[in-house]
Amino acid sequence: MGVMAPASTPGLEDDNWGETTTVVTGTSEHSISHDDITRITKDMEDSAHLDCSRHLGVALAGALALLAFLTPLAFMLLPQLLWREELEPCGTPCEGLFISVAFKLLILLLGSWALFFRRPKAFFPRVFVFRALLMVLVFLLVVSYWLFYGVRILDSRDRNYQGIVQYAVSLVDALLFVHYLAVVLLELRQLQPQFTLKAVRSTDGASRFYNVGHLSIQRAAIWILENYYHDFPVYNPALLNLPKSVLSKKMSGFKVYSLGEENTTNNSTGQSRAVIAAAARRRDNSHNEYYYEEAEHERRVRKRRARLVVAVEEAFTHIKRLQDEDQKNPREIMDPREAAQAIFASMARAMQKYLRTTKQQPYHTMESILQHLEFCITHDMTPKAFLERYLSAGPTIQYHKDRWLAKQWTLVSEEPVTNGLKDGVVFVLKRHDFSLVISTKKIPFFKLSEEFVDPKSHKFVMRLQSETSV
Amino acid sequence: MLCDSSVPPTAFRSVSQPSYLQQRIEIHKLRQGDNLILGFSIGGGIDQDPTQNPFSEDKTDKGIYVTRVTEGGPAEIAGLQIGDKIMQVNGWDMTMVTHDQARKRLTKRNEEVVRLLVTRQSLQKAVQQSMMS
Repeated sequence: MGVMAPASTPGLEDDNWGETTTVVTGTSEHSISHDDITRITKDMEDSAHLDCSRHLGVALAGALALLAFLTPLAFMLLPQLLWREELEPCGTPCEGLFISVAFKLLILLLGSWALFFRRPKAFFPRVFVFRALLMVLVFLLVVSYWLFYGVRILDSRDRNYQGIVQYAVSLVDALLFVHYLAVVLLELRQLQPQFTLKAVRSTDGASRFYNVGHLSIQRAAIWILENYYHDFPVYNPALLNLPKSVLSKKMSGFKVYSLGEENTTNNSTGQSRAVIAAAARRRDNSHNEYYYEEAEHERRVRKRRARLVVAVEEAFTHIKRLQDEDQKNPREIMDPREAAQAIFASMARAMQKYLRTTKQQPYHTMESILQHLEFCITHDMTPKAFLERYLSAGPTIQYHKDRWLAKQWTLVSEEPVTNGLKDGVVFVLKRHDFSLVISTKKIPFFKLSEEFVDPKSHKFVMRLQSETSV
Repeated sequence: MLCDSSVPPTAFRSVSQPSYLQQRIEIHKLRQGDNLILGFSIGGGIDQDPTQNPFSEDKTDKGIYVTRVTEGGPAEIAGLQIGDKIMQVNGWDMTMVTHDQARKRLTKRNEEVVRLLVTRQSLQKAVQQSMMS
């Protein structure tokens, strides 16, 4: 039940929501469910359940951030409020420290905003280890500062105000360093490529290679998915199987008789093996049929494509952009939508036939074609530019959102998903009708040696046939 | 280097062609002033470009070929013809030598007679014609 828990972590810290997911099955996750409908309803239930835990995480993160921000101010204000008369006056050094505190807090605010307050791009199934670590660190820091403050300053009513202000400044410095640590852990560490991931789609074998740095398995999965939507050609279930005419019934001709044997317990595998072996030896010409079928299909596609290209080219010659100096009857002036509708009729039939031959017709509705045509006309595109969307299967993100952009993916992994990537790790990203199998290889360690080539050392001679008289 | 031994390898036989396609030619050197001349020019060698050889059938053949024969010289008298490939000189192999080594083998000062083993395309054709008729 490896459901992606919809919990986001925009704040500094990402918290105990990991404990409340339904994913915890020891240290491994396996997705075994075969029934789409029950899975979909279960997804909806889970997402509803985990919403509040996500909000809990965000709330906790925000609270801790607020606490961390306000603590230095509190440190500086409390003595002024409680025992103002007893404080030693503190002139220029304190003012300098006040200014530095103000600016450091401002920088911290901007930095935190830049780093943490972003729209989350994915919901991870498990807690994000680094964020949890940082949250714990900040919490411990603030708590220990408060502890010392309470004991040393509040209880004893320390008079040295400059010391108190410096104490507050040191906390702000420590928070800035924690922010630096956050930048390094969350952003910088994964930038240098260390591994090559190969992603293969299980249904049709489309594959890509990606270079990533040190990431945990779940983060690597998100990275792969982000790239999947613009690299992989769209999954077309109609293109998967060999046509039925080609796959003849191979094992129909054989029956196995056992002569004189009474015990059939261990004969079943033997029988099936014998049938398979006999079928393999029998001469079958299905490969021939496959070849001719492919060639015929190829020819048909090319013919339709030629007709489509010609039709579109011709259609585009019927309209042109209105120049300012042309004087035209206002009734004849069209906006892009109308222009598109005007020329669509002449290419509609050729387009439909082509899409049907290449089995793409579920992906393009008439409305979508019209919209694309309008778009191309507006931007002065040529017929070829208009057709590039249809002549080759584009990446998934190109098609209409509702149909093909699914957000629910399941991560199947034998190792805990918060583990880092290592050489040889394999995990699977599943949708209900296909899956992406991802394997990891470490980028080799390169030994680069240098060789100096003197520019003057490039010398050549002619290859001649010399003739010597003897 | 393989070929720079003091004893000529007389036992060496050219394995690529049977004996009736080769001819033995004995040239007596002519003394001209301080030099002994043979009266022909050679081309080829393993350090040369074999594709420029006009006489070879196989353009990767890096052997030594006779490119010119002076009229009335010792080589013409002995029967050497232009386009002959020299296989051996006094027992020394000439199929895998550099151009300069070939020249040196032919112009040894202490030798007055050189015995060449040559092969010729016209010989091959003659034999083939006689075999076919």
